[in-house]
Amino acid sequence: MMRLLALLLFLLPMVASAQNVPKLVPDVSQREINIQSGFTGAEMLLFGAIIYPRGVAPEGQVDVAVVLRGPTRSVTLREKQNIAGIWINADSTDFRSVPAYYAIASSRPLSEIVDSKTAAIYELGLERLQLSPSGEVDAAEQKRFVDGLVDLNRRNGLFRQEAGTVEITDQVLYRARLNIPSSVPVGTYTAETLLIRNGRVIVADDNVEVRIRKTGFEQLVTILAQDYAFFYGAMAVLVSLLLGWFAGYVFQRL
Amino acid sequence: MDIYLPIANLSVNALVIILLGGGVGVLSGMFGVGGGFLTTPLLIFYGIPPAVAAASASTQVTGASVSGVFAHMKRGGVDFQMGAVLVFGGIFGTAAGAAIFEILEALGQIDTVINILYVVMLGSIGGLMAKESLTSVRASRAGKPLPAAKRRHHPLVANLPMRWRFYRSGLYISPLAPLILGFITGIMTMLLGVGGGFIMVPAMLYLLGMGAQVVVGTSLFQILFVTMASTMMHSLTTKAVDIVLAVFLLIGSVIGAQIGARLAQRMRPDYLRLFLAVIVLLVAIRMALGLGWRPDEIYTLQAL
Repeated sequence: MMRLLALLLFLLPMVASAQNVPKLVPDVSQREINIQSGFTGAEMLLFGAIIYPRGVAPEGQVDVAVVLRGPTRSVTLREKQNIAGIWINADSTDFRSVPAYYAIASSRPLSEIVDSKTAAIYELGLERLQLSPSGEVDAAEQKRFVDGLVDLNRRNGLFRQEAGTVEITDQVLYRARLNIPSSVPVGTYTAETLLIRNGRVIVADDNVEVRIRKTGFEQLVTILAQDYAFFYGAMAVLVSLLLGWFAGYVFQRL
Repeated sequence: MDIYLPIANLSVNALVIILLGGGVGVLSGMFGVGGGFLTTPLLIFYGIPPAVAAASASTQVTGASVSGVFAHMKRGGVDFQMGAVLVFGGIFGTAAGAAIFEILEALGQIDTVINILYVVMLGSIGGLMAKESLTSVRASRAGKPLPAAKRRHHPLVANLPMRWRFYRSGLYISPLAPLILGFITGIMTMLLGVGGGFIMVPAMLYLLGMGAQVVVGTSLFQILFVTMASTMMHSLTTKAVDIVLAVFLLIGSVIGAQIGARLAQRMRPDYLRLFLAVIVLLVAIRMALGLGWRPDEIYTLQAL
């Protein structure tokens, strides 16, 4: 009996602390993005509610960061240098885990809401992405390549970082919009929401998945080109021949 | 009107692509060239990946040349024997081009090589054309006729072993010469997305010494088949043929070509050639500057 009591006394704070942690109920405006002929990019709304224990919001400010992240892949990054007056690819390095897409939005600038250690753990912000560069031993050179990779993707619209774009209502509801460019790679994306208070991530939820895929004609063309290359090539030749011949025939009659 | 290109994986303005095809089509109708040498660089300037631009442009050239081939066939303007030799060489050329493409892509130098080839080729052909058309414009202004060019093949060609008779072309030369010529243009077609007419036509005239009445038709015949081969080769190796892009280019270019053909009838051929030379040189200069200027983005990504 005494032992059970001791165990209970031991467990109680843990249960209580679990109860003290708020819960996130995140969602996104679209679980599926279909790329079709008119696709010019998409706008994704990430929103949700924060459920506080006993329904009481804590004193002080809470911050929210949302992250939408594409599948990771290995890439080679090449760097052009001016050699004999011509800019040519001179140096390169490999990265083993580069997200195909990464967008983060936060209610305030990241540097104001999390310390650098937390940011590194949760990969918050473009400078904190763990891209696993390989092949370069020199730290300065590696940093140059990492910066180059991030800058390239930022300009392509595939890496985004926005501060102050997460709106929080009554410390309970939050929402943020993230833009997705038309050049977005297909795959399964994860939407992550982080609740931040006093420089620490209190709770993080990354259970929401978004599928981005080509559908209909665009999917058919991609599959044919990838898996039925000979047929696709023959079809392309035929379409081109017929269209060219038909146009010539029509114009002769005009 | 925005349209998503499934192979290039990006969305473009369909109107821009059609107008681009149309503009090139006008020129190709005026000058009887395929226009691939303009399509590929313009697509690259517009932001299409170079491999997709080259592959899809060659698909477009197939469609742009087909009705021309029929027209020249009706007039008896195609030397099929010569054409067959050229195509035979050209198909091997596309295969060699595919291998070169793969090697250069692995080395990360494909874009630079494409650019340099364009500068060298367009610069030299454009320069030659400009010089020639300037002389003839000056001569016609002065009112005295140019001395008729003597038609004969280059000594290098004459020295090749094993001679065949090409009746339609009025030639008795070694088939190795057109075979090599076809091979080289095949490589160009694969790498640059050009039909190669603007290399082929002067080479046929000044290297092989073919009769002028079959030069354009035979060159078109070769272009038709070699661009078909290059589309197949790209589909099988680089997988960069974007059929949506090719179709939109083609819609523009077939309409443009008709307009161009009508415009050409009202212009003097000397000035027409000079005009083409200027355009070719402008593209070459733009590409040369692109090589020398610090690019906006010095980094490029390639998926492993």
